[in-house]
Amino acid sequence: MAVVCVRGPLCKLAGGRAEHELGEGTVVELLRALECGHPGLGGWILDERGVIRRHINVFVNGERGGDSTAVRAGDRVEVVPAITGG
Amino acid sequence: MTELLVGTKKGLFLLDGEPGTGFEIAGRAFAGEPVDFATRDPRSGRLLATVTSPFYGPKIFYTDGDPDAEWEQAGGIALPEGGDQALERIWVIARGEAEGILYAGGDPGVLFESHDGGANWEINAGLWEQPSRSDWQPGGGGLCLHSICTWPGDPDKLAVAVSAAGIWLTEDGGRTWRRGNEGLNPRYLPEEALKDENAGRCVHHIERAPREPSRMFMQFHGGVYRSDDAGMSWSDIGGGGLPSNFGFPLMVDPADPDSAYVIPLVADVDRVTPDGRVRVYETRDRGSTWAARGDGLPAEHAYLTVLRQAFSRAGEGGQLELYFGSTSGEVFGSGDAGSTWSTIASRLPPVFSVWAC
Repeated sequence: MAVVCVRGPLCKLAGGRAEHELGEGTVVELLRALECGHPGLGGWILDERGVIRRHINVFVNGERGGDSTAVRAGDRVEVVPAITGG
Repeated sequence: MTELLVGTKKGLFLLDGEPGTGFEIAGRAFAGEPVDFATRDPRSGRLLATVTSPFYGPKIFYTDGDPDAEWEQAGGIALPEGGDQALERIWVIARGEAEGILYAGGDPGVLFESHDGGANWEINAGLWEQPSRSDWQPGGGGLCLHSICTWPGDPDKLAVAVSAAGIWLTEDGGRTWRRGNEGLNPRYLPEEALKDENAGRCVHHIERAPREPSRMFMQFHGGVYRSDDAGMSWSDIGGGGLPSNFGFPLMVDPADPDSAYVIPLVADVDRVTPDGRVRVYETRDRGSTWAARGDGLPAEHAYLTVLRQAFSRAGEGGQLELYFGSTSGEVFGSGDAGSTWSTIASRLPPVFSVWAC
């Protein structure tokens, strides 16, 4: 199993848990699976097009990943808001 | 007691008070988040706010209780899945004529309807599936549906405005829509382009006169207009004393169908109050003449920008209260229909919207 880590409001929407064990696949497939288990997350990480929102970064084992980055058993996926604002 | 809901770049501020005696900040919600618009439905007492997180996308939240406590997220605020567009922002929420009905307008040119007071929403398919949609052109703020005008007593009639896809009208509750742009003169376009009905009609704001619903007023991107046929056609009323025909917000006195208020800015290339003075302009003769109302407003070296949702009213006639906010964080108010003004709040974050109730 891979582990998907969320923080801040995403953690709250994900049942108050920061870490979630999920299967293998692409980053988007894992995030879809996370949404299925926690419907309140719908629309917060992925938009209607099914892609990761522009100002959310995903790291797989510490390296910047994207929608289609492969995730394998034992990998750690961190979902992090980008450093933006004003 | 008047309540002001002030949406800012850094949260929602709730102010309580009365014109002349001062206002206090009674609460703040969504700290740090951009709150584009907030309103209270007087039928239910429910507070609703549109919040566009730069990270997590646009959402509508509502609460029936303490605004300092947790708000509920409304369902259904999204475009159809699997398309090639994402919802960018919710610009406005408006109360429908039928019980429990609310409307919300957003970018990209989308109208949502709620039948349960704002807890759940669905997209208006009639407008979303307009055949010309792929040719609609966005303004600088995106393809924003920013104005929703209901028709008092008739829930089937609506007028909405999209920048820059112009005016859209329905008389069957939103099943079918037609344009209402006749008479608008987008001087920023080449003359040959005027024949193209999809060429940008950059409407900035519209309001309907509730006592005479076929009367409407518009602040256009270069022009102030009036319609006497429910938004089908428009006449330029931007002469008669206005220092500029550019601006964003517009308000009416519900008691007087001949009234309108605008807050002119210099021009599209210089979006600040003209001559360094802050003034609201009022007409009481359908736009034939305009009079400056600035007593109590900053009168020198004041270069303010007032956004399209940052002008609101409460009451009517002799008790008409007017309020507006600026991107420099001030809120001004008048308790006598614009004759005199005072500063309600200052040093707030940039003000996106003001709602008085």
